[in-house]
Amino acid sequence: MKDICRILLMGNPNVGKSAIFSRLTGARIVISNYPGTTVEFTQGQIKIGSQRPMVIDVPGTYTLEPTCKAEEVAVQMLKTGDLVVNVVNATNLERNLYLTFQLLEKNIPVIVALNMWDETKHQGIHIDVKKLEEKLEVPVVPTCGLTGEGIKELVDRFPDVEPLKIKPSTDSEKWERIGDIVEEVQKLTHHHHTLLERLEELSIKPFTGIIIGIAIIYSSFWAIRFIGEGLITYMFEPLFEKGWLPLMNKLSAFLGEQNFLHTVLIGNLIESEINFGQSFGLLTTGLFVPIAMVLPYIFSFYLILGILEDFGYLPRLAVLVDNLMHHLGLHGFAIIPMMLGLGCNVPGALAIRILEGRREKFIAATLMAVAIPCMAQIAMIIGLVGQRGGKYLAIVFGTLFLLLIIKGLIFNKVLKGASPEILIEIPPYRLPQLMAVFKKLWMRLYGFLKEALPFVLLGILFVNILHTLKVIEFFSNIFAPVLSGLWGLPKEAISALIVGFLRKDIAVGMLGPLNLTTKQLVIGSTILAIYFPCIATFVVLIRELGIKDMCKSAIIMVVLAILVGVVLNLIL
Amino acid sequence: MIVDLTKMHTGESGVIEDIHGGHGVISRLQSMGIRPGKKMTKVSSHFWRGPQTIKIDKLRLAIGFGMAKKIFINVKR
Ligand SMILES: Nc1nc2c(ncn2[C@@H]2O[C@H](COP(=O)(O)OP(=O)(O)OP(=O)(O)O)[C@@H](O)[C@H]2O)c(=O)[nH]1
Ligand SMILES: [Mg+2]
Repeated sequence: MKDICRILLMGNPNVGKSAIFSRLTGARIVISNYPGTTVEFTQGQIKIGSQRPMVIDVPGTYTLEPTCKAEEVAVQMLKTGDLVVNVVNATNLERNLYLTFQLLEKNIPVIVALNMWDETKHQGIHIDVKKLEEKLEVPVVPTCGLTGEGIKELVDRFPDVEPLKIKPSTDSEKWERIGDIVEEVQKLTHHHHTLLERLEELSIKPFTGIIIGIAIIYSSFWAIRFIGEGLITYMFEPLFEKGWLPLMNKLSAFLGEQNFLHTVLIGNLIESEINFGQSFGLLTTGLFVPIAMVLPYIFSFYLILGILEDFGYLPRLAVLVDNLMHHLGLHGFAIIPMMLGLGCNVPGALAIRILEGRREKFIAATLMAVAIPCMAQIAMIIGLVGQRGGKYLAIVFGTLFLLLIIKGLIFNKVLKGASPEILIEIPPYRLPQLMAVFKKLWMRLYGFLKEALPFVLLGILFVNILHTLKVIEFFSNIFAPVLSGLWGLPKEAISALIVGFLRKDIAVGMLGPLNLTTKQLVIGSTILAIYFPCIATFVVLIRELGIKDMCKSAIIMVVLAILVGVVLNLIL
Repeated sequence: MIVDLTKMHTGESGVIEDIHGGHGVISRLQSMGIRPGKKMTKVSSHFWRGPQTIKIDKLRLAIGFGMAKKIFINVKR
């Protein structure tokens, strides 16, 4: 056997490549029940005897003639591999074998993982693996990405793989051969429709689909709010008030007020007490905001999203909203980056890759950056604005939603071209596995803490230093005409806008100590959502859109922020 | 009788006869399993020229209205 250095996992979208990748390498990766989950390649190492080859999880593709950025990545990766593990969905053998033949014709070593093997049994599909192996002339191993069955056998057969010498054939020749093979190796027996399959039909029919859709969205929002609120009120707030506050009081007394260290660690005392929301020290607000105000909502959001993802609901939602999205210059599939963006704009921005054209990407990116606040920001807005009454929450989110619609409508009219048509595969419903849901949830929570905590702390430190150096004063005087003149905000609000480049949650939090009126708070938090994406999102967007489109998009954001601020200031 | 996909009734089955359009569209559809000669069933059709959903073997797909107009199916009526 020749040395294998790079093993590529390739196959159609949603066949379980990432599940197998995670089984092979133990690496954490997002696995969801919709096509287009993986848009970038991920690598990890495995051990085979004394060798330690790289395994690469490649975005799913239907063909080696790419039609979008994610598929382009897949095709480029192909040139770099020594061995391709072609993951095939055993319940859709015929369609999947088309890519298999395209791969075989590249004359690189291929081994077939016949995944979803467990599902063939329920569906009355019988595949003669030995015979399939003979026909394809490459090793074929049945696997189950969920349980890990067959993965060891798969790895054991890596050394058997030899490149074939196959002459290129036309598409119709390929389909003819595939037809013959499937005819010979696969037998179908009758099976009864399950309850889930009934539900599948109902949720993509227009009437029942819309009713089910509204019910699911409504109950999801309700559950997110309920769980998030519950965690804050019954767990995190008591934890901070009863557990952490006494410690901080001692530290505060020990340090003594009115010195730099006290300002940095504890912050300002509000009515000679520590106020977790307003003191703005690293150990007070710096921990309270990300952990007690934001984390509970991140938890509840990703729990619900994870269940919806694994169940397979998102592509159905895409079909239902397709029509509406066309008016905004997008198609239904764009709902998926938007939903991910509600959690965090970074994965949302990455997922824009599943959209085909430059126009669509530009529209989706700009709409998301302006009108889709991330969950961290939403949690802070709920925490701050919500105190003043639910009505004001409705004004903030209503404004953002209206902006999304109006902007989409205008883009669709003004930008040349038309929105492409939706064309997606709708996976079967799968019952979410508890372990899988919690693994994914943990991965996302960990990601949040890793990103958010340092940035929030950095932001607070940064502002404290800028304050001490009087830099903030300088900027607040420069921007006072816009801030006070146009938006009716105090000029000190500039520090929130500055920190907003780093992180939006803590930026909203900075509005807290300014003693704003309700109107000012509403305007301030709305503008913070609109004016610019956080730095992490910005970097991804530059890469995805290119510098030129991103500049255009950024100008639109700033102009919109100014406009919306003025309008709100006038009408509220 | 040959009709385009949008004119099929919900629940009706037929055999794909022809797909019109450029090379790109045709090869994309075919790689997803939508190609002449395949038997398919229409599952649903959404309001206001919305997407059409179909079933081919165990596959379910949603196709935008404009693209569905270019897929012709031989149905028994
Ligand atoms: N029943 C069953 N489900 C599986 C199996 N392998 C994966 N799944 C599920 O199938 C869905 C898709 O799995 P992924 O690993 O995300 O698929 P992928 O091929 O990486 O998909 P893309 O990244 O979108 O191309 C997930 O919901 C998995 O839990 C399997 O062997 N059996
Ligand atoms: Mg994947």
